[in-house]
Amino acid sequence: MRILTTAGMMIGIAFSSAFADTPPLHPQRQSELIHLVRQDCGSCHGMELRGGLGPALTPQTLKDKPASSLVSTILHGRPGTPMPPWKNFLSESEADWIVDNLQKGFPDAR
Amino acid sequence: MRARIPLLLVLALGVLSGCANSNLRGTGDLGVVIERATGSVQVLDTTHRTSLARVDGLGDLSHASISYSRDARYAYVFGRDGGLTKVDLLTQRIDRRIIQGGNSIGGAISADGKLVAVANYEPGGVKVFDADTLALVADIPAIGSDGTRSKVVGLVDAPGQRFVFSLFEAGEIWVADMRDPKRPALRKFTGVGREPYDGMITSDGRHYAAGLFGEDGVALLDLWNLDAGVRRALVEFGRHGEKLPVYKMPHLEGWAATGSQIVLPAVGKHEVIIADQNSWKEVARIPVAGQVVFAVARPGGREVWLNFAFPNNDTVQVVDLPSRRIVQTLTPGKGVLHLEFSPRGEQVWLSLRDENRVEIYDPDSFARIGTLPVESPSGIFFTVRAHRTGL
Ligand code: HEC
Repeated sequence: MRILTTAGMMIGIAFSSAFADTPPLHPQRQSELIHLVRQDCGSCHGMELRGGLGPALTPQTLKDKPASSLVSTILHGRPGTPMPPWKNFLSESEADWIVDNLQKGFPDAR
Repeated sequence: MRARIPLLLVLALGVLSGCANSNLRGTGDLGVVIERATGSVQVLDTTHRTSLARVDGLGDLSHASISYSRDARYAYVFGRDGGLTKVDLLTQRIDRRIIQGGNSIGGAISADGKLVAVANYEPGGVKVFDADTLALVADIPAIGSDGTRSKVVGLVDAPGQRFVFSLFEAGEIWVADMRDPKRPALRKFTGVGREPYDGMITSDGRHYAAGLFGEDGVALLDLWNLDAGVRRALVEFGRHGEKLPVYKMPHLEGWAATGSQIVLPAVGKHEVIIADQNSWKEVARIPVAGQVVFAVARPGGREVWLNFAFPNNDTVQVVDLPSRRIVQTLTPGKGVLHLEFSPRGEQVWLSLRDENRVEIYDPDSFARIGTLPVESPSGIFFTVRAHRTGL
């Protein structure tokens, strides 16, 4: 199920922030995040995450960067650059999950 | 591939009946939609509102755009993986395909139709190819006055066999005169503003405008008078209030130039700005549903249709220019990525990425008049673009 509704997302966020300490993420939410990263992050980073206006988000480029700073980049953006903050759409544990998977090699949508 | 079988059948029948002429057709009502996730395109027919065929094997099309050959038979597809593919709309096959760079973002075809230029992010520069053979003709590395390579954005063709483009990091606009194709004559304008992120040319071919991400306003170049240099326009715009985050960069290619007025998406503001096309002064701004990605004028120029960045990418709004009001808000589905009018504007086609379909609307009644299954559709490009300067 790749289709993601804003309402569904909001519920997902409410749910996951309420249970921030209880990984792993629900499989449904994981597939929503895969869709979000490939499609919406992909508009700047490339659907294959090999870079575009934003840098490549591949294991090679990210492996030596501290996960915590990448998580904070995702949640708060980088002021003065086009990288926007995602904290209204992603909880900290979801950003953690994204960074973990980016560093491992991001899963495909299908 | 499978969709080509009917055509082959038609061809075979045509040959059998000895009636070769029955296969002839024009391309003026055709177009192409990108299937971004599967590296394929579908060939569209706006008269019968159908898809004629799917063509596969075009690589990573996650940010693809298209230019058309002068005869509107071939679509040059610029892929994100640096692929340049020439698709024949009549045989519905790939005519030629090369990998020309690492990461391209768009291209343009010269006024005489002989040269196809591709803008590359990686390595930053412009490559120019022979439109027939796709052989490399010229390579223009985008090394700015800062000595480093920049991403190239906003590549357009301009009258006088020229290409114009912007350097994102260096903040420059370059004009390449291609009259001697192997030796492009470059005119470089430096310090035009921080981070030009896209560019457009007005339909009369006179003004090139680059939108700036790093500061307010647009960098404007009068191509009739290069000696006057680049000036800043619309600076007052964006000076008020807080900038909102931008979840997708606006595209300026669709900047709706309607003849006397031009409609631009604001960056970091949920507004469109209406400017006078001669003075480049703001005449109005209109609050809209989100960060605008494309502002597309309906042929005739009375209305402008808008789509939006995440999280408002399920919405389309229509601005009526005489009254400067939003006259319609549609929510056709999730992930509205692009919209394209038929040449005379009696249909508008919308790609709904997350719904895996393309929808066709009547722009007068706003009724849905067709829907086609398309896998993760993005850009829709009709052949009318073959005859427009800048594309
Ligand atoms: C509007 C464009 C845009 C979008 C959309 C976008 N990014 Fe970015 N991102 C950038 C840019 C530009 C940078 C580089 C910032 C800089 O110059 O430091 C960046 C940097 C990053 C970095 C730091 C990379 C590094 O090597 O330090 C991460 C991680 C990242 N983005 C993740 C994401 C994720 C995840 C999403 C989607 C939830 C996303 N981005 C959406 C433009 C974007």
